Amino acid sequence: MIRFEHVTITYPEAESPTLVDVSFEVPEGELCLVVGVTGSGKSTLLRAVNGLVPRFSGGVLAGSVIIDGKSTADLPPRDLADVVGVVGQDPAAGFVTDYVEDELAYAMENLGVAPEVMRRRVEDILDLLGLHEIRHRPLASLSGGQQQRVAIGAVLTAGPRVLVLDEPTSALDPAAAEEVLAALTRLVHDLGITVLIAEHRLERVVQYADRIVMVPGDGRPVIMGTPAEVFGQSSVAPPVVELGRLAGWSPLPLSVRDARRLAGPLRERLAEVELSAFRRTPSMVGEVIAVTDGLQASYGPVTALRGINLQFRAGEVVALMGRNGAGKSTLLNHLVGLREADSGTVRVMGAEPHRLSAHDVVRIAGLVPQDSGVLLYHDTVAAECSASDRDAGLVAGTTRSVLDQIVPDIKATAHPRDLSEGQRLGLALSIVLASEPPLLLLDEPTRGLDYGAKQRLVEVLGRLAAEGRAVVIATHDVEVVAAVADRCVVLAEGEVVSDGSARDVVIHSPVFAPQVAKVLAPLPLLTVREVELALAAAGDLPFS
Amino acid sequence: MTAPRLLHPGAWWLWAVGLAACALRTTNPVLLCLIIAVTGWVVVSRRTDVPWSRSFASFLRLGLIVIAVRLVFQILFGVRIPGTTLFSIPEVTLPSWAAGVSLGGPVTLESLMAALYQGLRLATVLACFGAATSLCSPYRMLRALPTVLYEAGVAVTVAFTFAPQAIVASRQVREARRLRGRSDRGFRAWSASALPVLEGALDRAVALAASMDSRGYGRRGGASVSQRRRSVGLVLAGLVAIAIGSYGLLDPGAPTMFRIPALAVGVAALVGSLAASGRSTERTRYRPDPWVKPEWIVSLAGLIALASFVLAGRISDALTPSTNPLEVPAVPLVAVVGLLVATLPSWFAPTPPTLATVSTSMAVAA
Repeated sequence: MIRFEHVTITYPEAESPTLVDVSFEVPEGELCLVVGVTGSGKSTLLRAVNGLVPRFSGGVLAGSVIIDGKSTADLPPRDLADVVGVVGQDPAAGFVTDYVEDELAYAMENLGVAPEVMRRRVEDILDLLGLHEIRHRPLASLSGGQQQRVAIGAVLTAGPRVLVLDEPTSALDPAAAEEVLAALTRLVHDLGITVLIAEHRLERVVQYADRIVMVPGDGRPVIMGTPAEVFGQSSVAPPVVELGRLAGWSPLPLSVRDARRLAGPLRERLAEVELSAFRRTPSMVGEVIAVTDGLQASYGPVTALRGINLQFRAGEVVALMGRNGAGKSTLLNHLVGLREADSGTVRVMGAEPHRLSAHDVVRIAGLVPQDSGVLLYHDTVAAECSASDRDAGLVAGTTRSVLDQIVPDIKATAHPRDLSEGQRLGLALSIVLASEPPLLLLDEPTRGLDYGAKQRLVEVLGRLAAEGRAVVIATHDVEVVAAVADRCVVLAEGEVVSDGSARDVVIHSPVFAPQVAKVLAPLPLLTVREVELALAAAGDLPFS
Repeated sequence: MTAPRLLHPGAWWLWAVGLAACALRTTNPVLLCLIIAVTGWVVVSRRTDVPWSRSFASFLRLGLIVIAVRLVFQILFGVRIPGTTLFSIPEVTLPSWAAGVSLGGPVTLESLMAALYQGLRLATVLACFGAATSLCSPYRMLRALPTVLYEAGVAVTVAFTFAPQAIVASRQVREARRLRGRSDRGFRAWSASALPVLEGALDRAVALAASMDSRGYGRRGGASVSQRRRSVGLVLAGLVAIAIGSYGLLDPGAPTMFRIPALAVGVAALVGSLAASGRSTERTRYRPDPWVKPEWIVSLAGLIALASFVLAGRISDALTPSTNPLEVPAVPLVAVVGLLVATLPSWFAPTPPTLATVSTSMAVAA
C-alpha cells in the first residue's frame, strides 16, 4: 500500500540529507509505527507519503514513493486526498474552517461526496471520536485533545485507504489517547485501513502495532520488522520493554498484559526487598512560594476554573494532571500573570503576578508554554541568549551558562528552528530560568521528546527542585510524573479532585498508573530505575 | 428576529468592497471618518466568536501607522505646495539627474492636509478590509470561492489568510514577550516583534495551504486538461476585464468604454467559465450557506452606498475637497444618506452564533 523505494530527501540549504536511501513497504491493512529519536526525520518521512514533502517544504526527493500504485511524483497531494489522509503534529495549524462540523465536512466537500452521505458520515465520525458534544463549537475554543480528535475526524470522513498520523496522542490525556488509539485499531481491523503513525510515547501504541519502522536518523538504513524484532536492537523502547530487558524476559513483552504474565517471579523476588529505601525520596519541602485562594476564571461563558485553593512550596515538583480542557493551562497562565482572575486571588511570593510588569514577573514566576518554540524568535542561539540577558537585566552570559548546564554542546550559531525538540525546550527553559524565578511552570514539556530527552528533563527538574524552586508541570505523561513528581494534583472540570503524594495518586488510578506500576502491582514501584535499584540491593542483577 | 446563523460570506465582502470603493472615490475627511464609523458600528454589532473577529482594531491601528508614514513622507520628500508655511526643514540640493525629487524645504499646512486626506483614505480602505475579516472569517470566504480559482490555490490561501494570521501571531508574540520579561512598549516593542510576527504568519499560511491541499482543495475532478485550460483562460480574461471596469468606475477620468461595458464583459466571461467548470467539477457543500433576504439587504446596502457616492460625484465636487486653497470640506447629503443605508446590516443581518448560545444549547442537550 505504501512503498518507499530508495528515497533520499535533502532540504534546501541542508548540509546533509534528512533521510538516506529509505526503502520499505507497508502492506494493506497494517498499523505501522515509525519510531526514532527526535530530529531523525520521522515527520519528513510521514509528510513524504502524500507528497507534502517536497511539494510544500522545498528540497529534493530522490527515489520514489508509491501509494496504492500511484507515484507522488505524478500526483499532487490534492489528487491523493481520497487515498491518503494526513494529520500533522499541530492540529490547530491544519484547520481550514472555524467550526467543528465544517472541519469534518471539508475534505468530503472537495471530493464531491453527496450531501446525504456527508451528513451521515459526519454523524458517524462524531460518534466514533466522541465529538458530538462539541459539534457546534468554534475550533479555537477547543482544548488541545479535542482539537486533535477533530483533526483526525476531519481526515477520516474522506474515507482514505491510508491514514498518516504524526504524534496523534502527544497532546491527549491518557484516557483520550486510549480512545483515539482504540478508534484507530478499529479502523484497521474493521475497514482494513493502512495506518502509519509516528509516536514518541511508545508505551501507548506499541501493543497495537503490527510492524515498526525504526529511523535511526544518522544516515544508517531504516530497520523494519515486528515490534519484538526491532526492540531487540533499538535504543528507543517503552518502559515495559525496558523492564523486560532488565529482567531478561523472552520474548520481550510489548503490553502490560504480556509483561504481567511473565512478571510472577520478579514480583516474588521484589516482595522480599525492603522497598521504601529504594524509592526516590521527596526533596525537602520548604516555604510556600505560590498560593491560589478561591481562584475562578472563565473564557466568555465557559468556566475554566471553579474555586481553586492550592499551595506550591519550595523544593517540590508538582504534577498537574487531568483531562484535556480541565483547566491546567489556565491555572498556569494565572500563576504567571497572563490572565486576571474573575474572583479569588493568586499570589506568588506575596505579589499578584498580573499586576506586575513583565520585567518583575519573570523574577518570581517563569512559564515554559506548551509550544516552547514561541518563546524563541531570534535567528541564532547566541542571539536568544544575549537577548534574554538584556531583557531580564542580567549579567551577559547568564543565560548561556544556564543553557550549558541543561543541554551542553548547543552550537551558538545554530538557528533555534534547526535544534531538536529537546534542545529547543532546553533553550526555552534556560531563558525562563535565567532570571531565577522561585516558581517554575512547564506546560506539557514532554510533548515531542524521545525517551533520552525526557530522561534529561527529569534530571534537570529534579535538580531545580533540589535547589529550592517550586516546579509545577502540567502533563499527561504518567511516566514522567512517576519519575519526577513529588505531589500530584488532579483537576477535573476546573476543580481540584485529588491532591496528594504522586505515588499514591498514580498507583491508585487505573488511568494514570505508569506501566511498571501496572506490571508490578501491588508493589509500589513506578519506574524501571526503581526496580533496578531494588534488584541491585537484593544482590541479583540481571534477574531471570 | 431570525435564529443565530452566519451570513453568506459573499454578502459581507460585497458590502465591505462597496464601502472600500466609496472610500477610494473620495478624499473628503468627513465622509472617510463616517465610513470608518459605519464599519466599526456594524462590526461591533455582528462579529463572531472566532479569533479573526478581534482583528478590526488591529486594522485600525495599521491605518494610523499608514497615516503617520504618509505624513512623514510628505514632510521629507513631498511635492512643495505653496501656502501657509508651518515650519521649514533644511533643503538638500540634489544633483541634476535627480531633478523632480525634492528633499526638505518649507512644509505648508496645505501639503500636510492633502497628505492627511490621502492617508486617511488608505486607512479607511484598511478598515473596510478589517471589517470584512472580522465579520466573516477568511476561511469561509475561501470555501465560497468558485472552483476555477482553485488553480491559484496556494497563492489565494496565503493572500486571504496572511493578514488575519499575522494578527493571531502577534497576540502569541505579545504573550511570549511577556513571558520573556520584555516590558518595553511602543515603537521598540513593535519593531522587535515585527519579524517574528511576519515569519509566524507566513509559516501558518503555508501550513494551512499544505493542509488544504492534502485534503483535496483544488482537485482536478473530472475535467480534461483542455477543458481546464479553457475555463482558466476565461476566468483570467474575465478578471482582467472586471479589474479594468472597476478601475474605470473608480477613476472619474477614465474613458466610457472602460467603465460599465468592461465590467459587463468581465462578469459575462466569469459567469460563462463558472457555468462551464461547474459541470465538470464534483464539488458538493455540507450545509450550503443560503442566499436569502438578509444577504440581499447586506450586499445591496454596500452597493447602494457606492451608488450614492457615484451620484454625489456627479452632482458636486464635495467628494474631493480642495486643499489649495484649504477650505472646510462640504458634506454631500446624498453620500451621507448612502452611508446610513450601509448601517442596515447591523439590524438586518442575523446575529452570529456565539459560544454562549452554543453552550446553552449544549447545556439544554445535557
